[in-house]
Amino acid sequence: MADMREPIESGCPDPWQYMHPVMRKNFGQWKYHEHPRPGVLLHVAYSGDRVWTVKAGTQRILDVFTLRKLCDIGDTFAEGHVHFTLRSNIEYLVTDEAKVAPLIEALEEAGFIVGGTQNSVTMISHTQGWLHCDIPGTDASGVVKAMMDELVDEFRNTNMPNRVHITTSCCQINCGGQGDIAINVQHTKPPKINHDLVANVCERPSVVARCPVAAIRPAMVNGKPSLEVDERKCICCGACYPPCPPMQINDAEHTKLAIWVGGSHSNARSKPSFQKLVAAGIPNNPPRWPEATAIVKRILKAYKEGARDWERINEWIERIGWPRFFEEVELPFTKYHIDTWRGSRASFNSSSYIRF
Amino acid sequence: MSIDKHSTPMLDQLESGPWPSFVSGIKRLRDQHADARINAMANDLLGQLEHSYETRKGYWKGGTVSVYGYGGGIIPRFSEVGKVFPSSKEFHTLRVQPPAGNHYTTAMLRQLADSWEKWGSGLITFHGQTGNIMFIGSSTENTQHFFDEINDYGWDLGGAGPCVRTAMSCIGAARCEMSCTNEFKAHRLLVNNFTDDVHRPALPYKFKFKISGCANDCQNAIERSDFAVIGTWRDDMKVDQDEVRRYVAEKGRQYYIDNVITRCPTQALSLNDDDTLAVDNRDCVRCMHCLNVMPKALHPGDDRGVTILVGGKRTLKIGDLMGTVIVPFKKLDTEEDYESLVELAETIIDFWAENGLEHERCGEMIERIGLANFLEGIGIEPDPNMLNHPRQSSYVRMDGWDQAAEAWFERQAEAAG
Repeated sequence: MADMREPIESGCPDPWQYMHPVMRKNFGQWKYHEHPRPGVLLHVAYSGDRVWTVKAGTQRILDVFTLRKLCDIGDTFAEGHVHFTLRSNIEYLVTDEAKVAPLIEALEEAGFIVGGTQNSVTMISHTQGWLHCDIPGTDASGVVKAMMDELVDEFRNTNMPNRVHITTSCCQINCGGQGDIAINVQHTKPPKINHDLVANVCERPSVVARCPVAAIRPAMVNGKPSLEVDERKCICCGACYPPCPPMQINDAEHTKLAIWVGGSHSNARSKPSFQKLVAAGIPNNPPRWPEATAIVKRILKAYKEGARDWERINEWIERIGWPRFFEEVELPFTKYHIDTWRGSRASFNSSSYIRF
Repeated sequence: MSIDKHSTPMLDQLESGPWPSFVSGIKRLRDQHADARINAMANDLLGQLEHSYETRKGYWKGGTVSVYGYGGGIIPRFSEVGKVFPSSKEFHTLRVQPPAGNHYTTAMLRQLADSWEKWGSGLITFHGQTGNIMFIGSSTENTQHFFDEINDYGWDLGGAGPCVRTAMSCIGAARCEMSCTNEFKAHRLLVNNFTDDVHRPALPYKFKFKISGCANDCQNAIERSDFAVIGTWRDDMKVDQDEVRRYVAEKGRQYYIDNVITRCPTQALSLNDDDTLAVDNRDCVRCMHCLNVMPKALHPGDDRGVTILVGGKRTLKIGDLMGTVIVPFKKLDTEEDYESLVELAETIIDFWAENGLEHERCGEMIERIGLANFLEGIGIEPDPNMLNHPRQSSYVRMDGWDQAAEAWFERQAEAAG
């Protein structure tokens, strides 16, 4: 160990050294912004400085060739500075308006999609999936690629009543987070346990503690210490699988997709909200997951036609009511839509408010 | 040197269509990269991924990989089908902390790309869901080499496991007129105070800081972080009435009433007969809607600061939780202000480390012990801003009421000076 190098615990780097000079100069001194065209923002500072931001969607999993191509574009047009958004879009800042159109052209020519601003359907925020996760029920990059191929015009344009954030998650832990529309894995059968491996691989008390409904208990199976699941209590969430891989939750047939709507992080107009279940039992169907995309498109169509300006999906549904939402998107309403978790009572209608 | 390419008929279908294809990117590494090691790695990665697509199963398992001196920051991945796909059988991810606000120079990105293709797969993501730069695909041995190289020129690992995680902040004051605080300063002071807790996982579970410069919360801080810092202001919002008039003239009065006035969540707005805007600032909750509609006419006030919410998280284990207001308003102007922000985070993390159960997030602990007990534990007095409404259940023992009421009046008198 003598020759091992001690780490420098420098933590989070100072962004000042990487920021575009116009941002450094006008830090905290911005006055307003405009939206000259989809994919472009114009920010104006109190100093009078103007800067155009051009935003583009990428494949998120970048190979070094693609990263260098994005760098070349940044060198040619944006003085060697770039910024990434929360949803993995790349942004270039230019101080010369004459550079905006050629920059857009260069990005499109290189295969990137300019858009994702204001009332667009921006890039889907997603997780790792089969490419890299240890517990995924589906892929992430593939679902997103297939879906963005179909939604590309909504990324390029700003025709929605308000912005639309879509997320995907490959297990029920839901790393993708809250979205106006979320496409998440939903397991439908209890884990299949390989009892030969449990004792060696799993720390049994932590697995028992991990279960949200106390359905797991220690047991001797075939003379070996293992774990058993009370399948009547099990909610098939998969929480036991990460700490105990022999409790396999993923299944080629019974791991399905579910769609949730109405999650919003913003405080604008209404408090942040969690997403609600609208569709389940959707086949996990690689390589293009057409069934899930079809439902997402139906929801987007109904929202685009029915919502008023500035209404996010949750606010639109709040106004028209859930019965009409299910009618308009042609989805069945079932007993599974009725919440059973703690606090569920607050989601019941305890009034005479009924729409006709 | 040619390699025996795996057939990938399912993945090939993700090469068509207008959106940029990650499959084509991995194929470029397989077919065009000068390094045979990367060619082979990309080929076997594609092979394993195709196998996942065919069988609808994942084939990575975790393990223990770290760099010298640290306990976390690497996501270890060993292939369960490594015999068939040996070149990518070790495919670990290094989580690297980005600069606050995700700003880069192309020169720095090129330097990172050079190091990564020397030691890793050549695949990078900006950024993962926690906010890290994800360097995806390194062998166990090369993990250390890559880290040593980039650590030398200023990059450090983020968190993985039960530890303080990589923080996130919005672009904020660097390019946004809505920004009410110095996001990247708060971000760096907070997370860099806990580097030991980032690198050596020893907490009950993960702990995340996220900073958004206004209530639009572009960093999803309230829902996705244990400690959310949201920029706000407490004096009157600024109104440029000429710009308001211009907007009303352009859009029409009905549009203005329907989209600005009646969309205010607390009915704090009214359109005057002369097409100027009346704002009742005492009713305004700083939700940002009207500022979003008219960024030219309306601006945050000058007396700016932050609101702090604690305990946001996703489903596992007790269900989704939003953060709860713990500090309704805090100034962040002086160095002392920032120091007390960091001290508050230390107090909360210490209390949680002491009282949280294994694998219990801070918000879950608050749910278990009760908000009032948590506040007492961290030495913060209760405030009606922390609630939507006071309790509804009469089932509570209240024989300490008189002292609590007296304490309230004392605090009020003290605040009034």
